[in-house]
Amino acid sequence: MADRAPAPDTPELRERWGGFVWTDENAEKARTFVSRYPEGRQKSAVMPLLDLAQRQVGAETNTQGWLPLPVIEYIAEYLDMPVIRVLEVATFYTMYNLAPVGRFHVQVCGTTPCMLRGSDDILEACYKRGMVKGSTSEDGLWTLTEVECMGNCATAPMVQINDGNYEDLTPERLDAVLDALAAGKQPKEGTQEPGRHTSEPSGGPTTLKEMVDANHDYRSEW
Amino acid sequence: MPNVTVDGTEIEVPEGATVLQACELAGKEIPRFCYHERLSIAGNCRMCLVEVKPGPPKPQASCALPATEGQEIRTDSEMVKKAREGVMEFLLINHPLDCPICDQGGECDLQDQAMAYGRGYTRYDENKRAVTEKYMGPLIKTIMTRCIHCTRCVRFSEEVAGVDEIGALYRGENMQITTYLEQAAEHELSANVIDLCPVGALTSRPYAYEARPWELKKTLSIDVSDAMGSNITLCSRGREVLRVLPRINDEVNEEWITDKARYQVDGLQRRRLDKVFLRKRGKLVEGSWDEAFKAIAKAKPGKSIAAIAGDMVDCETMFAAKALVKASGSDLVESRQTGMDYPTGNLAAVNFNTSFAEIENADAVLIVGSNLRTEAALLNVRIRKAVKRGAKVFVVGPEWETTYPAEFLGDDVSVLGKLPKAVTDAFKDAERPALILGAGGLAAGAYDSALGLVETLGLVKDGWNGFNVVHTAAARMGALMLGFAQDGGIADIAKAKPKLVLALGADEVDWEPFADSLKVYIGHHGDKGAHAADIILPAASYAEKPGSYVNTEGRVQFADKAVFAPGDAREDWTILRALADALKVKVGFDNFAQLRAAMTEEVPALAVEGLADYGSLPKTGKAAKAEGKIAYPIADFYLTNPIARASTTMQRCSAELIHGEDVREAAE
Repeated sequence: MADRAPAPDTPELRERWGGFVWTDENAEKARTFVSRYPEGRQKSAVMPLLDLAQRQVGAETNTQGWLPLPVIEYIAEYLDMPVIRVLEVATFYTMYNLAPVGRFHVQVCGTTPCMLRGSDDILEACYKRGMVKGSTSEDGLWTLTEVECMGNCATAPMVQINDGNYEDLTPERLDAVLDALAAGKQPKEGTQEPGRHTSEPSGGPTTLKEMVDANHDYRSEW
Repeated sequence: MPNVTVDGTEIEVPEGATVLQACELAGKEIPRFCYHERLSIAGNCRMCLVEVKPGPPKPQASCALPATEGQEIRTDSEMVKKAREGVMEFLLINHPLDCPICDQGGECDLQDQAMAYGRGYTRYDENKRAVTEKYMGPLIKTIMTRCIHCTRCVRFSEEVAGVDEIGALYRGENMQITTYLEQAAEHELSANVIDLCPVGALTSRPYAYEARPWELKKTLSIDVSDAMGSNITLCSRGREVLRVLPRINDEVNEEWITDKARYQVDGLQRRRLDKVFLRKRGKLVEGSWDEAFKAIAKAKPGKSIAAIAGDMVDCETMFAAKALVKASGSDLVESRQTGMDYPTGNLAAVNFNTSFAEIENADAVLIVGSNLRTEAALLNVRIRKAVKRGAKVFVVGPEWETTYPAEFLGDDVSVLGKLPKAVTDAFKDAERPALILGAGGLAAGAYDSALGLVETLGLVKDGWNGFNVVHTAAARMGALMLGFAQDGGIADIAKAKPKLVLALGADEVDWEPFADSLKVYIGHHGDKGAHAADIILPAASYAEKPGSYVNTEGRVQFADKAVFAPGDAREDWTILRALADALKVKVGFDNFAQLRAAMTEEVPALAVEGLADYGSLPKTGKAAKAEGKIAYPIADFYLTNPIARASTTMQRCSAELIHGEDVREAAE
C-alpha cells in the first residue's frame, strides 16, 4: 500500500478550504444520508459523507476529489463527532484521497490474479505515458496508484479510473481507454474484450451449457 | 452463574464474566496487552489466547469470550503455549530491541511477557517498520516505533477521560497512534495513558531517563493537589522524589491520578525554604532557629495568637498548631484561607456525603458552582460514568467544557430558588438524585439555598444521601474536623488583630488586614505566604512527613514520609513543639506518637482509616434566597498550589496548555 499522509496543514490549505460548505444539492444528499440512521447514531453516516465531500471537492477542482483537513473538520462538526474519529476513517480506507489527485485517478490492480494476467504490462503502459506511482502528472490529468484486489479477477487485469472499471486490459486497450478519457470522451466501462459482456466465461460457456437458453434440471444426470 | 472448568478445576464465575476473568478467578495468569479492567474490550493483541471447549478447534481470545456453562478452558496446553509464542513472535516483529535505552525497561509488560511466554528467538529477518515520533504535549513522550497497537490509550481518552483526542490512523502495518495534527493531549488526566501503555511507546517526558524502577524507593502517600485524596506512590531515590504513580483504590481514585498530582513533584526541589529567614529592615535575611524563636518570644503575643492553615497541610500539623494556640489561651484558628465563611457546625453539610464510588449510581446531578474538571478531575470521571448510565446533569455556574452532556442554568446562584422545570422534573423522577456544591458556590453564598434544596429535590432517601460539597483543598475536611474554623471565617481573625499569626503553608491569604501582626510562615515553598511573612520557619512538604489527610468525602487516610526535608527544614509539628517552648506554654506532646494520640483523643474519627461518620444533615426551613455570581476558584489548573507553581513541568503545562504558548520542541 502506498504511503498515505494527509496534505500538510498550511495557511494556504486553510484559506482554500476553510470555507467549505455543502452545495445546496449535496446538503440535501447529506441530510438523506444522515436520516438513514436512527436518532443519536448520526455518526454512522461518516463514510457516505466523506465520499460526498470528496466528490464535491472533485467537482470544484475538476479532479477525482480529495479530502483536505478543513473538509474533514467540517464533516466532524456536521456530525458532531471528534475530528480524530473522522480522520481515522478517512485514513483507513484507501478510496478516500488524502492528498490532491488528478482529473483521472488510475488505480491499477496488482494483486496476484491481475499480476498473472499481465498487470505488470499495464503498469508499464502507464509509466510510458509519463505517470509515476503515487503522484499526479504535470498536466493534472493522471494520478497513478497501485491498489490491491478490486474483485474483478475473472476479467483481470483491470484498472479503476474514478468510478469506472476497465477490465480485460492489454496495454493497447488501456491506451485506447486513456486516450478517450484524455479527449474528453467516455469509453465503454467494464470488459474491453470484444464480444464479452460482463464477467461471463470468455469464449462462451464451458460448463452448464444447457442453462444458457433456459433453465435446465441437471439433477437427474448426476 | 455459569460453572466452568479451568485446567481441570471447576469454578463458578459471575454472570457476564469473560473467559479471561474466569481464568483469573481460578488463579491462572493470562498474559494480555490490550485488555484492561477499566476499559472496553478490544481483543486486538491476541495475547490472551486459550483453548476453550466446546468451540472451534483453535485458540480463542479469552478477553472477548463470555464464560458460559460447562466450558472447559485450558491455559496450560501445548496449543496455548504455541499460540502465545506465536503471538509474541508477531508482536516482536516490529518492536525495536531497544530495552536498554527504553524508560519502560523493568516495568514493561512486553518485556516481562516476552520473558515468560515468548520463544526467545525470532524467525523474522526482514526490515522492521519505523514510525515517526508524535508530539503529545509536555507530559507524554512518544517513541511510536515501540507501539504494539493495543489501543489502550485511545480507549482511555475516549471512555474514561471523555476527551476524544487520541486515535489510530491508517491501517494494518501502517497503523499509527496519534493525536489530531499532533496537538498536545489537553486534559487533566492525560498522563494516565503512560501507566496504561504496556510498552515504552508512551512514557513520561519529565521523568525521561531519570531512573530505573528498581532503583526507586516506593512510599505510600496521599495526593494533596486537590481534595480527592488520591492514593499515590511516591517513588524516590536518595532525597529526591522522582515520580508519582497512582495506587489502585476503587473507593477513591480507581487507578487514575491527575496530571498535577503526578507531575508537581519536581516542584519539591525548587524554591524550597531550607533556611530560617527573618525580616530585617524590610528584607528577609537568613537567620538561625534560635534567633527566630527569640524574635517570636519577644513579640510577647500572650493570648493574641492565631493560626491559619494552608491547603496542603496534614491533620497533625493543624492539631499541633491548634494545641499551641489553645495553650496560649486563644482560639483563633482558621483554614479557609480565601475568606469563605460557611457554617461548619454540622460537618455533614460540608461533606461529600454520597461518596465517590456511589455517585456513579446517581441518576440526576445538579452541580452548583464547581468546575469539576479543574477542581476534582477524578470526580468528573465518576460523573461521566453516571451520565453513561443515564444520569442527567445540570450545572449552575459559568460554562465550562464538560466531558458529558450537561445543561447550564446560568451563573447566578439565585437560580437555585427558581429551578427550571427540566431540573425539577428530572429530580422528581430520580431515585438517586445528587447535588454537588463546589467552592465557587460556597463563595457565592449558595450554602443555605443548596441545603434548602435537600428537601425540595428530595436528596436524602433511604440509604442515599445526595447532598455533596466538593472542596478544593486537601486540608479542608481535616481542618473542619479539628475545628480549625471561625464562624466568620478569616475576617474574624483579622478583626481580633492578633499580635502573632502562624501561617501554616497558607499561601492564598490576603495579608492586608494583618499588617500589624507578626507573621510567622511555617511552610516549605517560597511562595506568596513566605513573601508576606516576617519570619520564615522552613517546614516539610507532604512527601517529607507522615500525616493524615481527610478527603472531601470525609475519608481519613494516612500518608508516609518518603524523603527528608532539605536543609534546615523540619517536620511542621516539631517546629510548633519548639515554638511552644519558646512561648513558654505546654502543648502536651513530645513526640509524633503522643501528638497523634492527643489528636485522636480529641477527634476519634481521625484514628480510623476510612469514611468518617458526620451524622445527618442539619434541618433547614424554607430555602434561603441567595444571589451572587459564581466564579470558579481555579483559573489555572496547573498552578493551584505552591509546589505546582514551583514545578517547571507544571509551569510548562500552564504556558502551553492554558496560555497556548508554542513551546513545542524540535523532534528528537
